[in-house]
Amino acid sequence: MTARDAILGRVRSSLGVKAGDQRRAAIAAERMAQHPETLVPDRAKQAGPALFAQFRALLEGQQAMVIEAGPAEAVPQAIARYLESIGETTGKPPAIRFGSDARLAAMPWRDVDWIDVRHGAAEPGDRVGLSHALAGISETGTLVIAAGRDNPVTLAFMPETHIIAVARETIVGSYEQALDLVRGAFGGSGMPRTLNYISGPSRTADIGGKIVIGAHGPRRLCVIVIG
Amino acid sequence: MHIETPLFKQNARSALQDPQLQRALGGLPGGLVAQRAAARDRLPEFERLRDAGRDLRNDTLAMLDVYLEMYERKATEAGATVHWAETAADARSIILDICKSAGARLVAKGKSMISEEIGLNAHLEASGLEVVETDLGEYILQIRGEVPSHIIAPAIHLTQEQVEADFRRTHTSLPEHRRLVEPAELVGEARQVLREKFLTAEVGITGANFLIAETGSSVIVTNEGNGDLTQSLARTHIVIASIDKVLATREDLATVLRLLARSATGQECTTYATLSTGPRRPGDVDGPIGYHVVLLDNGRAELLGSRFREVLRCIRCGACMNHCPVYNAVGGHAYGWVYPGPIGAVLTPALIGIAKGANLPNASTFCGRCEAVCPMKIPLPGLMRHWREAEFESGQQPARQRYALKAWAWLAARPRLYHVAMRFAAAALGAAGRSKGRFRWLPLAGGWTRHRDFAAPQGRTFQQLWVEHQRGVPQ
Repeated sequence: MTARDAILGRVRSSLGVKAGDQRRAAIAAERMAQHPETLVPDRAKQAGPALFAQFRALLEGQQAMVIEAGPAEAVPQAIARYLESIGETTGKPPAIRFGSDARLAAMPWRDVDWIDVRHGAAEPGDRVGLSHALAGISETGTLVIAAGRDNPVTLAFMPETHIIAVARETIVGSYEQALDLVRGAFGGSGMPRTLNYISGPSRTADIGGKIVIGAHGPRRLCVIVIG
Repeated sequence: MHIETPLFKQNARSALQDPQLQRALGGLPGGLVAQRAAARDRLPEFERLRDAGRDLRNDTLAMLDVYLEMYERKATEAGATVHWAETAADARSIILDICKSAGARLVAKGKSMISEEIGLNAHLEASGLEVVETDLGEYILQIRGEVPSHIIAPAIHLTQEQVEADFRRTHTSLPEHRRLVEPAELVGEARQVLREKFLTAEVGITGANFLIAETGSSVIVTNEGNGDLTQSLARTHIVIASIDKVLATREDLATVLRLLARSATGQECTTYATLSTGPRRPGDVDGPIGYHVVLLDNGRAELLGSRFREVLRCIRCGACMNHCPVYNAVGGHAYGWVYPGPIGAVLTPALIGIAKGANLPNASTFCGRCEAVCPMKIPLPGLMRHWREAEFESGQQPARQRYALKAWAWLAARPRLYHVAMRFAAAALGAAGRSKGRFRWLPLAGGWTRHRDFAAPQGRTFQQLWVEHQRGVPQ
């Protein structure tokens, strides 16, 4: 008997059930088809300005910066100003890197031609990574990134500064609403290779219980809201 | 991991006398208690979410075989290789084999309690691999040759000064007189040292907070980002997870995430929660090329059929230990195995046997705070009581303790005799202790009076007072 069969056999005997029980399989299939939400807190059911205000306040409370950039065309300029504000423009010219996301590629980077724009996965020397989020979640101040070729996952963790662009209309109240957007993009039970929920710069409290921002991941998180 | 649970009493005694440990423990778990309370108060639905969390975990456990098969199927479709391990030894050798065929020399590790449970590091190191813990707390413990004392704050028993000394001792290639005063300076140094390791490791091993049957994903929940670097930079990613980690859907994950960070640290959510589904896909420029999941049983399937099933709902938040007066006094190491605190007191005997684990369910005052805060509403004191019964039934306790318990049980099962005996005892002790109101010494209760006084009864039993009270109240 394989280890698999032995383990599943023990599980079934503990539960007092038999393999291949159609009724139980149907219960599970129904659960997958319905994927019911359990209990969504009221704070996740807000709309309009209140929803956005909560998104922003929670992210700021989690030591992230939130910038409302206006239209997509204004994003490169907004990023340039942000890099200036954190001192990335002193000394050698700044560089940022992003993947092959079409929304990012379509932005007018020539407006900020003094910034070195690179593409691909993060490399050890990179200081600034840029990703485009699939969604934002107001209830906890969270960005959802469907990482892959378009938005390489390493860009969110290796550089000291991570910038996430998010379209205002994709900022939703709850995790459940964000999952609807994931299903919209990847279908049924489809998933990107990595789905990241990100809610601030990296942090640790492992030394004497004191919170330090900037553990292994980015020291800074900047959220650029488009639209 | 080496089992020291039978030494709990000695270990607890030395922990109480360790000034360094007492200083480190002072206020820390307490701080987490206050932060949890604040997070709960900010979310009016919190208590109802606990009910919801309990129910969905119960539903999933009742269908565990179906969801495990579904998880396996979906993960395999996404390109994962799923391995099944019945025992710790099986899991160790499966992981070592994967490391060998991946040509690994350096293995980066994210935080995983399961890897502690199966003694993974020692096994890999015995085969010549270098293993580096990348969670900051775990890294500190690794260079000290210690094990975690808390499931989410593994180095909670250490002070900043101890960490500074360890870094100066081990990071010898750095300037000797560098400044390491602020926690941020220590974190920065660890970041620099470990970044090298992330970039060189051929294999990254992480645990999984959860597995999702619907999508075949493994989930890690972290604040540091080390787990994400571990699993996305190495060519091979190995996930080690016990079979009880399965959730049905991504929506269920949302509910559980609402409870996890709030219960653990009082955060609204952790900085990162990452769902990984299979290896790198065509056209991807990063991510692992091999993605393996090792599903470990190690006693859990049997636990599912026992009266301890409810412990399998645990999501490893650590709230029970933060709120435990015993844990707060002695720290995690005294418990002597992987899982400390109330959850350890229930889980440890189940995993290593009551013969070795009996001290732990006895290391509780049954104050009930653990159950009151558990996000999954696990009845921890009740389960510890089951273990105490199991210990008695197994006949391992010293003869004197067994006879005393038997005598007590005999008396307690005879209410009339019991009331007479108690009335007599309360009256006698009340009379003897009337002058001072307390006893500094009592026969047969030396263990109690060695450390504190015993309050003298007022002369009548609770039952007597209760009857009088009932009579006094108009019907």
